[in-house]
Amino acid sequence: MREKAIYILCFLGACLMIWNLHHIFTEMAPEAAQGMAGWILFIHVPADFMGDILYTIALVTCVLYLVKKDLRYDSISVACIEVGTMFILVNLVTGSIWGKNQWGIWWTWDLRLTTQLMKFLLYLGYLVVRPAISEPSQRATMSAFIGIFAYADVPLVMMAIRLPNVRTQHPSPVIETGGINSVMLPFVIGIFAQLMMALALMLVRLHQESNRREIDSLRRELHAL
Amino acid sequence: MVAIEADRVWKYFGDYPALRGASLQIGKGSCMALLGRNGAGKTTLLRILANLSRPTKGEIKAAVGKSGIGYLGHGIGVYDDLSATENLLLFGELMGVADPKKSAAEALERVGLTRVKDGLAREFSRGMRQRLAVARAFLHRPEILLLDEPFTSLDDRAIAVLQSLLQDALASGATIVMSTHQIREAMELATDVALLERGKIVFSGPRAGEMVSDPTWLYRTYGESA
Amino acid sequence: MTGLSTAFAIARKDLRTEFRTKESLNASASFALVILVIFSFAFNLERDEFYAISGGLLWLVYSFAGAMIVNRAFSRELPNDCLDVLITSPAPGWAIFFGKALAAFCLLLIVEAISLPVFGLFYNIQWINAAGPLVLIILLATWGMTIVGAAFSAVIVNVRLRELMLPVLLYPILIPLLIAAMGGTTALMNGEGLSGDNFGYLRQLIVFDAIYTALALYMIEFILVF
Repeated sequence: MREKAIYILCFLGACLMIWNLHHIFTEMAPEAAQGMAGWILFIHVPADFMGDILYTIALVTCVLYLVKKDLRYDSISVACIEVGTMFILVNLVTGSIWGKNQWGIWWTWDLRLTTQLMKFLLYLGYLVVRPAISEPSQRATMSAFIGIFAYADVPLVMMAIRLPNVRTQHPSPVIETGGINSVMLPFVIGIFAQLMMALALMLVRLHQESNRREIDSLRRELHAL
Repeated sequence: MVAIEADRVWKYFGDYPALRGASLQIGKGSCMALLGRNGAGKTTLLRILANLSRPTKGEIKAAVGKSGIGYLGHGIGVYDDLSATENLLLFGELMGVADPKKSAAEALERVGLTRVKDGLAREFSRGMRQRLAVARAFLHRPEILLLDEPFTSLDDRAIAVLQSLLQDALASGATIVMSTHQIREAMELATDVALLERGKIVFSGPRAGEMVSDPTWLYRTYGESA
Repeated sequence: MTGLSTAFAIARKDLRTEFRTKESLNASASFALVILVIFSFAFNLERDEFYAISGGLLWLVYSFAGAMIVNRAFSRELPNDCLDVLITSPAPGWAIFFGKALAAFCLLLIVEAISLPVFGLFYNIQWINAAGPLVLIILLATWGMTIVGAAFSAVIVNVRLRELMLPVLLYPILIPLLIAAMGGTTALMNGEGLSGDNFGYLRQLIVFDAIYTALALYMIEFILVF
């Protein structure tokens, strides 16, 4: 049942994404897509959106773990953060490629890229510390703490890079510019496609975590005999 | 009346169950000697009783709050860079003692460290550090004392001081739980005995004559074969 | 003893022991000095151009020195198992944490106070005219560094590879704080005031401090006992 769900979600996601790209290449005017390389935006922006949603879910489950002490919440947190960080990485890489195409440089310290890199680094700390703690409930508590601190930093980062000493070059997000309404559809479909994939990846990771919890408790029972 | 109690306590460290449903009741005013081989779970149980560690399953019930509990673990629990008096003043304040200066001076007197009261703990000999640790544990006249192998590596003077303090504490109605390998010293003071074997309490009851005369009797009778 | 007086007692204890050994003060101040020297080789700028990077330079030095001080906040409790004694005492978790954060704050301020004149000397930066607002920025930003640093110090006190984990966790969180501190300091060095646009720096620091102080104090209880 779970495997079927994973395969179906992956398949649907891939189909949607391919259809979306096909639509962009063949039916949209090149300038609306900012040149042929602009298609990468339709992966870049939804990836950011997905990453943010996953991080928000992780925040909720971190708090829930601290309150309820149920390790399943910790599993959801780590799955969300791992998959979310992957999406942010996709966002960073596609953003960098797009930037190289648009402005000729692989990286720049503007609003968007800097925020995304910060999110990546913040949750990198979470991912690095987890393997260093072998006791599951201690690991879960520390991770929840780090996850909450990391999330609280994101609005602060967004405030900080709007300060006068940080240069901003990024054009305003395409979605907010008027007259781009015809371009909304590919973004929305892109989001759905990535949502499917995110769900599939989450299911895989959650399955892995629940297997690990089961192995842990079997090992414990064995030791207790 | 039960002073402190562990009710079906389990504690896992990773996969390893250090305590497997350990249940133990310690009556008020008794002195319980907690025996067990290395790795049986004595330290784990004492730490859980002292609120240092949360049980994975089960619960602890204590008749007094944190200010009524005194804990002496493996580490001596005093700061090397503070003097004996400064250490006891600090812990007196933390434990909510009414007159920290007076209590600190009395405690140092009791353990025979008045002469070196202004010496830094790092300069003390091992026996002196042990006595300072004991002073700290008894400083606030706790109603429940939890001691983890307190006689280990004490010199004879420190052993005498500790035994005398324990006797005084018992006489004033305190409850003592003491894990130990040194069965002889423990048996002199103990009113009750418990045996912890691989995370379970396999025996708990009043001290009997056989236990005093033959220290290994308990292990042979109730423990698993060596 | 109220929570706040407990916190002050613990802060006094940390400061007293630190002043006796001066271990982390010496290490941190030496490190700050070395970095100041190394940075002089990193850039080949005209004398006036240094003003443009003055804020960035100063806060790089302060944040590296800060990590060393803050790491010790909880790790200094590990020898002799003193952390256990603090946790078993009636002292509330937030008080223990707040006291340690206060002590780390004072120690870091000392290192910063030593480094600032040296910085002015090496790079010919006149900071004395803006001393008032500069001190305000230093106080606010240093508090932010110590409160978050002490919180993570508590989280990783029992984790393997503690010293390596702290930078990975701490610096990303501090980046919004450092951006504001660096920008504000550079603005002050260039003779601008903290009003108008530049007030944003101060606001950023205050918001950061408020959010993380509240979060850390509220959540520290979960970390100390497991």
